[in-house]
Amino acid sequence: MICVEQLSHNVGKTPVLQNISLEIPKGKVTALVGPNGAGKSTLLSLIGRLMPLQTGRISVDGADIVQTPTRDLARMMAVLSQTNTLGSRLRVRELVGFGRWPHHQGRPTNEDEQLIAQALEALDLTTFGDRFLEELSGGQRQRAFIAMTLAQGADWLLLDEPLAALDMAFARRIMAQLAALREAGRSVVVVVHDINHAAAWADHVIAMKAGRIAAQGPPEAVCTSQVLGDIYDMELRVTQIEGKPLVLHHL
Amino acid sequence: MDRRFAILIVALIASCGVYLFWGLGPRWQFILGLRAPKLIGMLLVGASIAVATMVFQTVCRNRILTPQIMGFDALYILMQTAMVAGLGISGYAGLSISMKFGAEVAVMTLAALLLFGTLLGRGTQDVARLVLTGVILGVLFRSFSTFLARIIDPNAFAVVQAASFASFTSIEPNLLPVTSVVCLCTIGMALWLSSRLDVLALGRPIAISLGLAHDRLVLIALMIVAVLVSVATALVGPIAFFGLLVSGLAHEITGSARHARLLPMAILIAAFMLVAGQTLFERILGLQSTLSVVIEFAGGLFFLWLLLKGRTR
Repeated sequence: MICVEQLSHNVGKTPVLQNISLEIPKGKVTALVGPNGAGKSTLLSLIGRLMPLQTGRISVDGADIVQTPTRDLARMMAVLSQTNTLGSRLRVRELVGFGRWPHHQGRPTNEDEQLIAQALEALDLTTFGDRFLEELSGGQRQRAFIAMTLAQGADWLLLDEPLAALDMAFARRIMAQLAALREAGRSVVVVVHDINHAAAWADHVIAMKAGRIAAQGPPEAVCTSQVLGDIYDMELRVTQIEGKPLVLHHL
Repeated sequence: MDRRFAILIVALIASCGVYLFWGLGPRWQFILGLRAPKLIGMLLVGASIAVATMVFQTVCRNRILTPQIMGFDALYILMQTAMVAGLGISGYAGLSISMKFGAEVAVMTLAALLLFGTLLGRGTQDVARLVLTGVILGVLFRSFSTFLARIIDPNAFAVVQAASFASFTSIEPNLLPVTSVVCLCTIGMALWLSSRLDVLALGRPIAISLGLAHDRLVLIALMIVAVLVSVATALVGPIAFFGLLVSGLAHEITGSARHARLLPMAILIAAFMLVAGQTLFERILGLQSTLSVVIEFAGGLFFLWLLLKGRTR
């Protein structure tokens, strides 16, 4: 379980997160949704210790993220942020290989090589293995980064908009993959923009608005025209398909 | 071992051999005694600048920046001008060499840490700001030296000018033992950190996610850069584009992103270029102290080529 207590965060003088307390269940796929600037990415980065904590406490499976050595945290959770600029010119296989770094610290074993191959396989990147990242399209590059995060083999996966730049086939495939990881006992926290991906694949939805938690619960409880309408300040219809809510936000 | 490494190692050993033993003549002990310290000095300077540039480029995730472009040389020249202006020619010439060297290294290391630390310390990845600040500081230092140069007398200015160009001919043998220890320890540390530097190059978010103590490593890396650049500059004088040339070639030749390969390759290239170049200039062309000019020229062209080719961020 990820435990967030009384978390506030300011960028300059602008409050981005205001006194947030929440618990993210273990062994589930949790989706973070909300309008632009709601603080989803900030929350995810703070949990993933990518930014220094200003006020509040965060713990992952009981380990305080400030006190626990960062190397130990890397074996507990893998974080992928929205934009990633690399300083070196890497091939896809090399990048994915870095996912194993927390385990081998520079000396990969045979087991690491196997896990790298598996991660490449999982994202259909095997044929791209020897290509340079800069030669790939945005979506293919995004898949390489996700493969790296998978290869890290951590219990927790925190992904910030992994579906950005992916076509719908891969978007669905990634979500299905995250669901499969949950079946394998891992926990996933994912920021998604398309509410229907959250509604279809997540077990738990956390909706944010203006730096606060607006609603949380199972998709059926959060993805209603009432709740979503309030959060996004728009009229929308919600129907159901195969027992899952379907938000008709485009109509 | 890789063929490319083997070729370079052989080339380096051969150039060292030629430099040391070619045209020794009857008074060979005396001449060897003159050449050996210079050779050691060149090897040290080459290795230091190679490692410093590589590490610096990794920290700022940019392949066209070098510590020297960031106003470092300007600071060195300002220090020389200030010393000449403050102490006069005789006072400057009378300075104890090791004292002067120690002071220069200390001031430059401190300045580098302050500059790079504030700019890169707290996880900032704003390369544009970094470059601009460096350029502006360089202009500030340079204008200040020009101002000082105007108020000192012309003879003193000639002394400043002589100190403003790198010279591999005038390496002071007495400085070598301390310098060797400092440089070798620092370079050793960089090599030891090479796997971590690979991860550092992936950018702050990924590096942290992979469990690298990112901010601490940035500080350590900047300290390595500061010490190496300061020592190299204090030993031979400012060389701006040499590091760029070396790091660019190392990237081209190894085609790898792993520091465990890049750093040794850069060291070999730098050492070979300095020794071979100096041999060429001293023995064949009979010119002295123009090596740095040629290196700067070649480095400058290479810099332009890198920019035009758009291979860098």
